Amino acid sequence: MTYLAKPKFHHPGLPKNDLGYTHRDYEGTVSTLCAGCGHDSITAAIIQACFELSIEPHRVAKISGIGCSSKTPTYFLGNSHGFNSVHGRMPSVLTGANLANRDLIYLGVSGDGDSASIGFGQFAHALRRGVNMAYIVENNGVYGLTKGQFSATADRGSKSKRGVTNTDNSIDLAAIALQLGASFVARSFSGDKQQLVPIIKAAIAHKGAAFIDVISPCVAFNNHAGSTKSFDFVREHNEAVNRLDVISGRMPIEVQYEPGKVEIVEQHDGSTIALRKLDADYQVHDRAAAQAFLQHHAAKGQIVTGLLYVEKDADDLHGHLHTVDTPLNALNEKELCPGQSALDKFNASMR
Amino acid sequence: MKNTDISDPQYFHKVVDCQYACPAHTPVPEYIRMIAAGRYGDAYMVNWKSNVFPGILGRTCDRPCEPACRRVRVEEEPVAICRLKRVAADFKEDVTARMPKPAARRNGKRVALVGGGPASLTVARDLVPLGYSVTVFDADAKAGGMIRTQIPKFRLPDSVIDEETDYVLNLGVDFRGGQRIESMKALLAQDWDAIFVGTGAPRGRDLDIPGRKEAAANIHIGIDWLSSVSFGHISKIGRRVIVLGGGNTAMDCCRSSRRLGGEEVQVVVRSGFDEMKASPWEKEDAQHEGIPIHNFLVPKEFTHENGKLTGVIFEKVKAEFDAKGRRKLVNAGEPDQHFPCDDVLVAVGQENAFPWIERDAGIDFDEWNMPKVDEKTFQSSNPRVFFGGDAAFGPKNIIWAVAHGHEAAVSIDKMLNGEDITQRPLPAVEVMSQKMGIHEWSYDNEIDLDKRYKVPHRDLGIALKDIKSEVELGFDVELALKEAGRCLNCDVQTVFNAPLCIECDACVDICPMDCITFTQNGEETELRTRLTAPAKNLAQALYVQDGLKTGRAMIKDEDVCLHCGLCAERCPTGAWDMQKYLLEVTHAGSSCRTPRRSAA
Repeated sequence: MTYLAKPKFHHPGLPKNDLGYTHRDYEGTVSTLCAGCGHDSITAAIIQACFELSIEPHRVAKISGIGCSSKTPTYFLGNSHGFNSVHGRMPSVLTGANLANRDLIYLGVSGDGDSASIGFGQFAHALRRGVNMAYIVENNGVYGLTKGQFSATADRGSKSKRGVTNTDNSIDLAAIALQLGASFVARSFSGDKQQLVPIIKAAIAHKGAAFIDVISPCVAFNNHAGSTKSFDFVREHNEAVNRLDVISGRMPIEVQYEPGKVEIVEQHDGSTIALRKLDADYQVHDRAAAQAFLQHHAAKGQIVTGLLYVEKDADDLHGHLHTVDTPLNALNEKELCPGQSALDKFNASMR
Repeated sequence: MKNTDISDPQYFHKVVDCQYACPAHTPVPEYIRMIAAGRYGDAYMVNWKSNVFPGILGRTCDRPCEPACRRVRVEEEPVAICRLKRVAADFKEDVTARMPKPAARRNGKRVALVGGGPASLTVARDLVPLGYSVTVFDADAKAGGMIRTQIPKFRLPDSVIDEETDYVLNLGVDFRGGQRIESMKALLAQDWDAIFVGTGAPRGRDLDIPGRKEAAANIHIGIDWLSSVSFGHISKIGRRVIVLGGGNTAMDCCRSSRRLGGEEVQVVVRSGFDEMKASPWEKEDAQHEGIPIHNFLVPKEFTHENGKLTGVIFEKVKAEFDAKGRRKLVNAGEPDQHFPCDDVLVAVGQENAFPWIERDAGIDFDEWNMPKVDEKTFQSSNPRVFFGGDAAFGPKNIIWAVAHGHEAAVSIDKMLNGEDITQRPLPAVEVMSQKMGIHEWSYDNEIDLDKRYKVPHRDLGIALKDIKSEVELGFDVELALKEAGRCLNCDVQTVFNAPLCIECDACVDICPMDCITFTQNGEETELRTRLTAPAKNLAQALYVQDGLKTGRAMIKDEDVCLHCGLCAERCPTGAWDMQKYLLEVTHAGSSCRTPRRSAA
């Protein structure tokens, strides 16, 4: 961390987005995490993604639980709505907020402790219901705030900083998200913003439950030899299946791609994902194949990254519940109490 | 791109924009930090060592450092470097005890300096403590040259000149005031070991247009008039005054006129207002004193009646540019304008004049009647004779004269020690980490967003009544501290150690100016386009270090780096460090000479 606020001066040649903002306008206060924390890189990637998408900050709600990861919403989107909730309870707070106001963009920020241990049930149900959100887990495999115990995502056989070997099986959050029916599942690495930023953009544009597992090395407690979440290990074992280019709006795709290597995925909001395949056989719309692929590579000690699964024509919780288009919190008394004749009509229909 | 070699003293020198732009390479951020710490005496001595006249320059310097200041690129206005220098001079304690001690032994070499201005006094300052016997000849009774004769006292009081010329003369200089050298041949015949000519550019250019002779009584050459004012020979001028010319001399002329009875003083320039040679702040000061500046007017004729000047006729012109972009002033097609006036001051340029150097004295002159002088050594075609200041390459300013003086002194010292004077000494360079603790540096790395502070001025009503009353009051301690806080400490360098880097991106994310990029190395032009923020300022270097584990390279654009050290604070492995780079120009003395191996 640093004690100084980031100076307000910025590069005179900084690009501006459609709203006239620079990426600096999407920052929050200065991070108090350890110097070099992977979470800060994810923060920077979220800032870059929101800048590139020209998102109006007041249209975003960032909701988190407890932990190093859950502190990070303070460090980005300083002009957005935020809710730092109870440990592991981000998904239910987010679900409630989303039900009340479907018009906002929901960023759920959590960690491996928050989502894979205390909030494992919450994590499961939010995905199962298809809440429209981008659920980002900043996954470092370690309890950083309590000085480095193994978390539930630490791989079996990996070593703690003190040399203890983990004997428990690990939870693969991406694999479980697939099993739970998330309609967008990706994995990335905090040290690879070129891959991570487009994934976050695509997740924000996705309608439905979008889940991103971001491996984020803990420089203080999980960046040593024997760790499977260190910068070196992740770089050496990263098996990227694809790379993304997100093209917003209904603009024609001008970039020329080599035929057969690129798959175009239309998104609900009109944006397009150009998926550059690194693994020619990988099928991004096949949930069962994706699960098998993950398990197969995990057994070999490889970390599969990229957009792992995206459902065509995905829908969200509001779609399943047939709620009105107007956000529930914007309905007034007249609409909520349509009067005696409407009630009579409704009662008659139930007889 | 190749890895940047930071052991080359030129690399970081260029990053310290102010120091690099200064002809004398004064370590600016170093003394500004001292001012902020209240160490005025120390700040003064850093300056004195480098530019000899801190109090004088702190009021009058042409400040090449300020347009170069990084703050211009980052914000808008540079740090008020010049006026901070004055703060050091104003608030310092007694520094006489810190001046160089006389040489233990005279070395028996005799050096004559012609002219007692800034160039000569710099040579004297550098050579006397080394044991040289130095004699300065000047036509005026007191030392200072144009500093004393041409700069109005309301900008530079005599007391400041006396103090700083005395620091030099008191080192043991033989000053022969009132002794004009009339013949170079005679001087050469006196067997000096070396002669330095620092006689400035003493002749003001005249304007030969109709009416000049007839109205001569009320037409004055600017620099001559200024020196007469300065010596008290002239104490008033007509009510309506026209100053011709757009340089700093013209500004001094019009502002002096305002103080000597000129009520309607106007400046008229041939070119456009923006192309005037005067420094922007001097134009501002003149306008602040109620002096209008009219542009695109070419003087055509002095009008007169019964031998008395009545005014000046001007032709209105406009600027046209030819295919090569060269500017030409052409008639604007408007009627000529007549400006009535009682006096005219002609300040249209200065020239060199060497009537006292016989052309057969063994010193070669070029086609423009200027002595042939080597640009590095300042030696003329006579190996014993050196030139410096305005006398060497035409009119510049004080700080250039000082820089010339230092170099000429090095040449003289090397020559009289039997060395090759074309071998110039390297600067003394020191690079030192500023790390004090985990997030603690030995400099204030917090960036102040304050805009440039204005120097308080004396009330105009009082200032215009007395030509000797200094207009600028200078910063007080409080303002000086605030202005000093604006300095970005560009001499505290970001130093990157690639083998320590784990490529966590923390520095890239925290950098407020988007200076840092980790990417595949490439050729410079192409590389500049794909950095985090485009590096369009080609005058500023890219700092390149490869050897990272992923095969990428760290590229840092030096252009708008704030030197805030956040990259180093955020670095988990200490791959970034903030290191102070201090460069001192080597002056005359043992360190300027080639080291000799002693016999074992």
